Amino acid sequence: MRHTLSVLVEDEPGVLSRVAGLFSGRGFNITSLNVAPTLEKGTSLMTIVTEGDEQIIEQIIKQLRKLITVIKVVDMNSVKRVEREMVLLKVNAQDHYRAEILRIVDIFRCKVVDVSSTEMTIEATGNSEKLSALINLLQKFGIKEIARTGVVAMKRSMQLV
Amino acid sequence: MKMKGAKILLECLKDEGVEVIFGFPGGAVLDIYHELPNYPFKHVLVRHEQGAVHAADGYARATGRVGVALVTSGPGATNTVTGIATAYMDSIPIVVFTGQVPRALIGNDAFQEVDIVGITRPCTKHNYLVKDETQLPRIIKEAFYIARSGRPGPVLVDLPKDVMASTIEFTGYPKSVHLRSYNPHYHPNQKQIKKAAGLIFESKRPLIIVGGGLISSSGCEELLWLARKLKIPVTSTLMGLGAFPGNDPLWLGMLGMHGTYVANMAVNHADLIIAIGIRFDDRVTGRLDSFAPKAKIIHIDIDPTSIRKNVNVDIPIVADCKEALIALKNEIEGYIKEEEDLSERYQSWRDKLDAWNESHPLTYKKSDEVIKPQFVIEKLYELTGGDAIITTEVGQNQMWAAQHFKYLKPRTLLTSGGLGTMGYGFPAAIGAQIAYPDKTVIDIAGDGSIQMNIQELATAVWYNLPVNIVILNNSYLGMVRQWQELFYHKNYSATHLSYNPDFVKLAEAYGAEGYRATRPDEVEKVLVKALNSKKTCVVDMVVEKEENVYPMVPAGASLSEMLLV
Ligand SMILES: Cc1cc2nc3c(=O)[nH]c(=O)nc-3n(C[C@H](O)[C@H](O)[C@H](O)COP(=O)(O)OP(=O)(O)OC[C@H]3O[C@@H](n4cnc5c(N)ncnc54)[C@H](O)[C@@H]3O)c2cc1C
Ligand SMILES: Cc1ncc(C[n+]2csc(CCOP(=O)(O)OP(=O)(O)O)c2C)c(N)n1
Repeated sequence: MRHTLSVLVEDEPGVLSRVAGLFSGRGFNITSLNVAPTLEKGTSLMTIVTEGDEQIIEQIIKQLRKLITVIKVVDMNSVKRVEREMVLLKVNAQDHYRAEILRIVDIFRCKVVDVSSTEMTIEATGNSEKLSALINLLQKFGIKEIARTGVVAMKRSMQLV
Repeated sequence: MKMKGAKILLECLKDEGVEVIFGFPGGAVLDIYHELPNYPFKHVLVRHEQGAVHAADGYARATGRVGVALVTSGPGATNTVTGIATAYMDSIPIVVFTGQVPRALIGNDAFQEVDIVGITRPCTKHNYLVKDETQLPRIIKEAFYIARSGRPGPVLVDLPKDVMASTIEFTGYPKSVHLRSYNPHYHPNQKQIKKAAGLIFESKRPLIIVGGGLISSSGCEELLWLARKLKIPVTSTLMGLGAFPGNDPLWLGMLGMHGTYVANMAVNHADLIIAIGIRFDDRVTGRLDSFAPKAKIIHIDIDPTSIRKNVNVDIPIVADCKEALIALKNEIEGYIKEEEDLSERYQSWRDKLDAWNESHPLTYKKSDEVIKPQFVIEKLYELTGGDAIITTEVGQNQMWAAQHFKYLKPRTLLTSGGLGTMGYGFPAAIGAQIAYPDKTVIDIAGDGSIQMNIQELATAVWYNLPVNIVILNNSYLGMVRQWQELFYHKNYSATHLSYNPDFVKLAEAYGAEGYRATRPDEVEKVLVKALNSKKTCVVDMVVEKEENVYPMVPAGASLSEMLLV
């Protein structure tokens, strides 16, 4: 099963390699990884999307907690959460495609952030399913480039069961 | 007070209580070596950095204190990697200081530069590159704290040369450590302890398995109480040998791949396993789906990652073994009625185990013609009365040492279990002998393994260490040959040591004493000479060439599928 882990770490030079090395060394998967500073000086938040059965996920979480530079690990699957990912897509946009592309942009509530006579760059945000659907739809025009941020996640304020 | 970085390092080590440093110098650590003679440390100059780390590790295993090694950058640092990985796999507390090129040159492929922090990240508990000289005291304090606390392990501190050479303000060695993200959990959850005690009293066929974690927690007295009070039979992993006296009637011998018949049968038939400080290694469990099929499992371990890593457990207790055993004792005392005769409790279970032990004892085919390696180990036990520190190399020698010597006290068997490092035993023996100059220290070796760190003979002789190396010389890489015999149609590819040096002459060339025995009736005589000698001794025991270690559970088989003699 797919799990999203929020990992709060000390922001020191080797920390990314400690976490990445743990995954590669123990044969765990990383589907996506996002790292950025938090409001607290000296710490960063990593959001890791990984894949595995219950026992593997349990090991991953325990192994992460064991790293001296890891402060806190939350399995976001165990809470109500908001998950978002952003993608930039450069698609072929010859005149006869434009209207249809713009319709899709509208439906998916994304933005055109750059345009030329033959291409459009689209910025989209959403959960992974939404982005996959968008990418699928745009595929037929020809996607020239793609850049995704990887998932970030946040616990919802209301944790209704 | 203003001080040079190198001096600050040594001041900190002094305050840390370090007494011995195993090391080997080089350019990047010259500042440290320049200051070293002004300090009260015993510095042991080895002949190879791998030897320094194994010696620090042997010192740590024998004493329970943190072992310290000091080496230079580049090749000095890379030579420590096997030693560090060995300590890591067996959870042994050591701190390794490596020299590094000056900060300004890091990343430039400078002379003797290597990213040792990167290289050792996966085989240290934690490691540091000291980038800011003002952080040096804090880092040293943390390094020792991390190495020894919780699940112990090796910590490496990389010291750029200019950090050691610069002069800075030193305000003293920190008194305490503040690590926000590292708080080992020593105290057991009382609810789990209650459940565990309940299970013990419900069970009909309980079995205690102890491991290296019990030794590291110094909880062996508490184990004695539990086992003897309730008369529960005890087995142990290789790493747990010595945690429970090997001459106690409740002792079943080691379990696992080369464990005793009775210990493995006990695992198969137990209805409750109390696992204390073990990590359920594949050499211990055999095929996982048939491990302990009838048993509920209580697992005490300080490291949550050890729990449910390989084996599902019913009652996990994340705690220090000693603390957990104390809590368990308090709980169990409440269950015991005063007039109750506890010795009756598991009597029929113990009778069953005794019967297995009698029908399939640990044994071997004896001989009057050739020296049987097992016989040598038995003699060593007889001659020392078990009052010795045994280290081993890796292979058959190690397994015979595990099976045929009776370990009576914790920290008397020092062996590389997890990594299985040939060449470990001799430098580890040096470390142990440095810690206990008056104890008998014996490295039980193979003719293959001993050649991996034989250069340390110079170290042992120079420091007058009466270490005994007993080589079970079978002219083979015996353990590998055994696997070839059993599973590769006797195709002895690259395992015959068709050329070996004359170990007696080699010993003498180094200034040690060399002895040889080729017949069973010479064994005792030669061992007595070596054990009574105050010098470093090498005993070349020319043993049966194709002897196998039995019992044996083939890799991947279940514990009940033992090959016997
Ligand atoms: C050739 C060869 C053959 C081998 N054959 C066998 C065999 O037949 N049988 C066998 O048993 N082994 C055998 N081994 C050794 C095996 O590979 C493992 O090293 C060994 O089984 C591990 O022992 P352990 O479970 O006690 O773990 P250790 O490696 O000693 O780990 C200790 C455990 O205790 C925990 N711990 C540490 N400190 C504490 C504390 N204070 N409180 C609580 N918990 C703590 C740790 O987290 C860890 O989980 C063999 C090795 C070799 C090289
Ligand atoms: C450094 C290292 N290299 C290779 C091995 C693989 N190995 C395991 S046991 C063994 C044979 C050891 O031979 P020897 O020291 O003569 O001991 P014996 O088994 O004959 O007692 C080998 C090569 C190892 N454990 N360590």
